[in-house]
Amino acid sequence: MNDKPYEIIIGLEVHVQLQTQSKLFCRCSTTYGQAPNTQTCPVCIGMPGALPVMNRRAYELALRTAVALNLDIPEFTKWDRKNYFYPDLPKGYQISQFDLPMSQNGWLEISDAKGAFEPKRVRITRAHLEDDAGKSMHDEAAGKSDSRIDLNRTGTPLLEIVSEPDLRSPQEAKAYLTELRLLLTYLGVSDCNMQEGSLRVDGNINLHIDTPDGKVATPIAEVKNMNSFRAVERAMAYEAERQYEVWCEKKIKLGDKPGGHKTTRGWDDGQQVTVKQREKEESSDYRYFPDPDLLPVIVTAEQVEQVRADLGELPAAMRTRLESTYGIDPYDSDVLVNQGRELVAYYEELATASGDGRRASNWVQQDVLRTLNEQQATIADFVISAASLADLLKAIQAGDVDNTRAKDVFEEMLRSGSSASDAMAKLGIEKVDASEAESLCRELLEANPQVVEDLKAGKMKAVGSLIGQAKQRNPNVNPGEFKDMCLKIVEIM
Amino acid sequence: MGGSTENSAFKKTHNPWALGRTPGGSSGGAAACVAGLMAPLSIGTDTGGSIRQPASFCGVTGMKPTYGRVSRYGLVAFASSLDQAGPLAKTAEDVALLLEAVAGHDPCDSTSANVPTPSYTASVRQPLQGLRLGIAREHFGDGLDGEVDASVREAIKVFESQGATVRELSLPHSKYAIATYYIIAPCEASSNLARYDGVHYGYRTDEKAMLAELAEERKVLEGAGDRAKLEALDTSLVRMYRKTRSEGFGAEVKRRIMLGSYALSAGYYDAYYVKALKVRRLIREDYDAAFKDVDLIIGPTTATPAFKLGEMNEDPLAMYLQDLYTVSANLAGIAAISVPCGISKSGLPIGLQLQAPPFEEERLLRAAHMFQQATDWHTKRPN
Repeated sequence: MNDKPYEIIIGLEVHVQLQTQSKLFCRCSTTYGQAPNTQTCPVCIGMPGALPVMNRRAYELALRTAVALNLDIPEFTKWDRKNYFYPDLPKGYQISQFDLPMSQNGWLEISDAKGAFEPKRVRITRAHLEDDAGKSMHDEAAGKSDSRIDLNRTGTPLLEIVSEPDLRSPQEAKAYLTELRLLLTYLGVSDCNMQEGSLRVDGNINLHIDTPDGKVATPIAEVKNMNSFRAVERAMAYEAERQYEVWCEKKIKLGDKPGGHKTTRGWDDGQQVTVKQREKEESSDYRYFPDPDLLPVIVTAEQVEQVRADLGELPAAMRTRLESTYGIDPYDSDVLVNQGRELVAYYEELATASGDGRRASNWVQQDVLRTLNEQQATIADFVISAASLADLLKAIQAGDVDNTRAKDVFEEMLRSGSSASDAMAKLGIEKVDASEAESLCRELLEANPQVVEDLKAGKMKAVGSLIGQAKQRNPNVNPGEFKDMCLKIVEIM
Repeated sequence: MGGSTENSAFKKTHNPWALGRTPGGSSGGAAACVAGLMAPLSIGTDTGGSIRQPASFCGVTGMKPTYGRVSRYGLVAFASSLDQAGPLAKTAEDVALLLEAVAGHDPCDSTSANVPTPSYTASVRQPLQGLRLGIAREHFGDGLDGEVDASVREAIKVFESQGATVRELSLPHSKYAIATYYIIAPCEASSNLARYDGVHYGYRTDEKAMLAELAEERKVLEGAGDRAKLEALDTSLVRMYRKTRSEGFGAEVKRRIMLGSYALSAGYYDAYYVKALKVRRLIREDYDAAFKDVDLIIGPTTATPAFKLGEMNEDPLAMYLQDLYTVSANLAGIAAISVPCGISKSGLPIGLQLQAPPFEEERLLRAAHMFQQATDWHTKRPN
């Protein structure tokens, strides 16, 4: 993977905002983008006397995710308070789960369709629920007291998913996030919108360096402020190189004093570097203890089994099934499945109706996806139904239209919303009668003795000029069939 | 907080029976206003005895219901797992009236119990037949005032004369109750009181003065070229927290925040908090075992009648011992009531405590009413 004398060790912490109507412990709406401090109530702004009540739906979504991530669901789980002071934390503590999280010990399988790395199971340490803090915009460093706080987000349900340090490259980190996001989307538990903060990633990274004295580990850095998967990939790559340079220069190992402790760094997307954050903010004792305002949650084995039964088909299983059912390659199944359930449903309808899974896959990946991209649309808004497109594919198979002209038909269907046959009729496309094609073929061969000679000499490419001429005479000529016919006649001659 | 109202953010309350003495606390005001005939009914909150001890000191009837019987929503939290609101009144009948109004399940309080509320007013006048009373050895040990002891024993005889049987029993872990309480309650309080940080709610320090002070400190350090101290200087945010909380809280509250923060800290959590939870469980089990053999446990509410205001200012530990007989009911989550059972030679009320299994408030009220039918202590008023 890398020719450097080290191995990269990465573990990721992902915070996912669960798609609930209301917050985790009160009835306030979770709608994004409202005027500041309009979606608040005494509970989420921590007024004295207000008490939390758990949002059952949030717990169900968390459970659904945990089961899909192959996590163990203990029967008993509780809420803990994580105590710290910050202006965007009005209660003075976050309600989280500490020593008895709702799930632990799971895994997510990742692979690269192009084979950039070997498929692997990334172990997941735990996933637990907690309430989100608010947003603060301030300029504390400059000593100004002009801070603004928006508590709309305060109390929004978050699922924190913590991986083991099983990722060995920035590419694997990105693949893990991509697969995780896909899974969450399939489960319908989150919109995973990074811009709106529905999905946030922190990365823990260090290196295992080969030295004459054996492997040594560099101090761990926790990298924050990564606002896209690409940013994660770049930040991890940058951080690996930075840690190696620091190692070469200073030879500080993990755990050394001074300098071997874990540090927090922020990714600066503009400068494309990680920047050390203030030490003061790292060394907190959160004084966790069970939240006496909330009851423990009991989840029975039957409930877990019910959740498992209701999961629906998940991406990994879907890829395998598409490959075996429709005879497509892992690369193709990956592209299709990554587009989401709705597109896969479209593909399956198309593949079944047209009877050709590979051709259907090509059309969906090239023409359909290209169009959706251009139109910034989703498959739900796509003008051509799977049944109509299947008719076009069948016409191609039957030789009624060649691939090139089929693209024109596709465009016409897209433009007018008409059926494949109507679009073909409109473009004057009809199958050329076999005897008509043969006479045209003979005529052209007679007019082009040089081509005939070339063909007899085995220069098959020479037939190309005849196809060109044929298409000029009659655009409906099927190039494949015409070529076969020419070769057959030449052989007889 | 505390058993005297002297830690109040506003003013201290005087005992209507003797103005130089405390009405008890922390719900001393609620007890004093009933005793002083300012209100027929009042509501207090009881975390370690804060309804029953003032009821005892002021000669009124006060009940701490079972944890979960009355919603805590709207109640400013001190120690969430112990806090319970309850009624104070002149008689058991009046307590029944108010309890019936405030008891019941509240979906906005997750710890509120979803159990039916009986009609206390309908049953309070029905005497209990074959009542089995338990006397806990631990409630009659060292430190119990002789007059209180005598009054309580007299009260027990009243019940016996009404057909009750009495047996002695032991609550072996009750000797750890105060220590356990003063771990759990401060731990929860340290977290519950974190929200009073000057950002969103309540008092905030004078910001201009705070920023000027900080700027001055910075100037001095810069002048001296003391880089280490400059680095360590508070940010304006931290200074705002520090000053707001230093100025806004009283000494007792700060003491408890520090106790709680310490006990929850990494490295101490298991030794203090987790251990306290285990003992709490044992205290509850003591009661579960005792209530297999008896219907109610009877004893003194407090070791002495009301003490003088200011008497314990220098001795917070002595103040903590005020909760000796009451605090176990909070730790165990059971119901308990204090009813007047005597007047000391110095003219101060003495309280009798009855404790019942969880959700047996009805039994407490009927027993208290039986007692008040046979005695007139609850009718005595301060001069």
